[in-house]
Amino acid sequence: MNLLDLILDIGFFAAAVRLAVPLLLGTLGELIAERSGSLNLGIEGMMLAGAFAGFATAAGTGSLWLGVVAAIAIGGVLGFSLAMLTVVLRLDQTVAGIGMTMSVTGLAFYFYRLGFGESAVPPSIQPFRTVPIPILSEIPAIGPIFFNQYALTYIAYLLVPALAFFLMKTPAGLSLRTVGENPLAAASVGIDVIQMRIVALIAAGSLAGLGGAYLDLAAFGSFGYGIISGRGWICLALVVLGRWQPIPCALAAFLFGAVDAFQLRLQTSGAWAIPYQVFLALPYLATLVAMVLSARQAVAPAALGKAYDPEIR
Amino acid sequence: MRVRLEPRPPSRLRELATSLVAIIASLAILGFLIALAGANPLTGFFLLVKSAVFGKLALTETLAKASPLVLTGLAALVAFRIKFWNIGGEGQLLVGAMAAAFIGARTVIPEPLLIPSMILGAAVAGALAAALPAFLKVRFEADEVVSTLMLNFIIAYLMAALLSGPWKDPVSGWTDSPDILPAAEWPTFWRGTRLHLGIVIAIVSALGVSFLLRRTTFGLAMDIVGDNPRAAIHAGLKPKRIVLITALLSGAMAGLAGAGEVGGIQFQVMGSISPGYGYAGIAVAMLARLSPLAVLPAAFFFAAIITGSSEMSRQIGVPIFLADAIQGLALLAVLVASVLSRYRLRLDLARSGAGP
Repeated sequence: MNLLDLILDIGFFAAAVRLAVPLLLGTLGELIAERSGSLNLGIEGMMLAGAFAGFATAAGTGSLWLGVVAAIAIGGVLGFSLAMLTVVLRLDQTVAGIGMTMSVTGLAFYFYRLGFGESAVPPSIQPFRTVPIPILSEIPAIGPIFFNQYALTYIAYLLVPALAFFLMKTPAGLSLRTVGENPLAAASVGIDVIQMRIVALIAAGSLAGLGGAYLDLAAFGSFGYGIISGRGWICLALVVLGRWQPIPCALAAFLFGAVDAFQLRLQTSGAWAIPYQVFLALPYLATLVAMVLSARQAVAPAALGKAYDPEIR
Repeated sequence: MRVRLEPRPPSRLRELATSLVAIIASLAILGFLIALAGANPLTGFFLLVKSAVFGKLALTETLAKASPLVLTGLAALVAFRIKFWNIGGEGQLLVGAMAAAFIGARTVIPEPLLIPSMILGAAVAGALAAALPAFLKVRFEADEVVSTLMLNFIIAYLMAALLSGPWKDPVSGWTDSPDILPAAEWPTFWRGTRLHLGIVIAIVSALGVSFLLRRTTFGLAMDIVGDNPRAAIHAGLKPKRIVLITALLSGAMAGLAGAGEVGGIQFQVMGSISPGYGYAGIAVAMLARLSPLAVLPAAFFFAAIITGSSEMSRQIGVPIFLADAIQGLALLAVLVASVLSRYRLRLDLARSGAGP
């Protein structure tokens, strides 16, 4: 089997979109946080918490949509908690974020084992079914790839232009960007910097939680210890690759969804001499290269990673 | 409503109490988690302490786990001192481990030189892995938090590719590297235990870093750079060079942690060579409040939690993963405690607008 056979079919591209959606949701969330000045290193833990809360709720209540709500809620709570640490107490964002990911990872696995026990076959749920969109899904090639997906996928699509519009065209979006570029200037025109950053982290957490839950509620139908396995960190990378702009970030998410789908096929087919792990490393490598290429162009929000002390002017 | 942080007069006592409060808080959460699982927390604590420190095997096992934690803790510590946020300890540990495994299996190296070569090679490999993000920072202003994190995964996946490719066992198909030579296995201090040379390297490193920070010009320069890089330039220092040298030192120590795991514990590299020692090092450094000698007890605490909780979980039937949660919770607890020791929290109930 040659390389082209491996990717040139509709199924491959549909899988690419399926794997891109969690990255897309997490990336949009991370983008909101970073545009407000917060580097959210809790994202890996937030995605896992969302995946677990979504799965546990769906398995317990039988309702997938309640699972979605639970995932968004737990993500929001974690975003709020991280904001308390980094925005209110002004703790270092790097260390607090890592601390959050470490603790949430341990806790999620602990409660998963407590609730579902240890079994050879991981417990599963009946996941969301795909909902073909009338007319659009009948467009050749494009239709089955993009418009025969889950309802959550369509929500994710719509979030991209919505976020772009919000950030670039609304007063609240301008406030958010100002808070991330120059919090002092923002405060001097009456913007509540602290509140803005708290809300941004809540939004970031909710989207990360939803992205995590999408994996078990829609894509896989089961929860396993490796369910997130670095997808949160990839979102962090995609924000850099997308140069902190919603549409390029979304395109980067789709590109690396495709890379993910490709390495999965490579793993199962064993068709190629290059080890599949190289493709797993690709988003991280691309990010390093992008960081060098965009050196000194000041594409990142100027106040990213810096705590804001309202008493220093 | 506003939360205001009012600086408190500095207090040595409160400073010391910070880590203790954090440890007590995280143990309280541990007890709560055990109780949630329907087991008795007191039995849990008893078993944890018993299986972590009582008896030759338990104690040496904890010390053997403390060695890499001391080194990754010091690696995080020196970097954080100058606000170079190196969270790449995990990747630097892995390249150190790979270098040690490669060198330890070379028959061309004279036997007495094998162990020194492994130590040197691992330190150099780790140093180089940290030098890249430091170079990207000083040359291209690339944020080191992102670049060191990215490198962790690049290195981990390349290692996985190496293990399932060139290093794969051709007969069994196992994804482990070839064993190191018997002469490359690190000496142990107590027959029948895994307490190896690594603990000496760890303690010497802690003493060395303590000396460097307290007694040398370079240590003072690090303090100035960490405090205010602009003032450092006015003082005639070269902050970029200090960042590069500190990164080399930081990476070297993380690399040594990897060498110890290969030379003293596993004698080869496999995917599970590090259960996250690199990240745990961040927690160790923070619990030690960035003081090098305090890294020793802090690493011992986390090592005791790791060895103790796995045995305890087995015996009272609560899920493992407690150790992972406690590392993170202790890290968060020490961060919060450090704020509370330096500031008084004041709630302003009146909405105090944002503008001046």
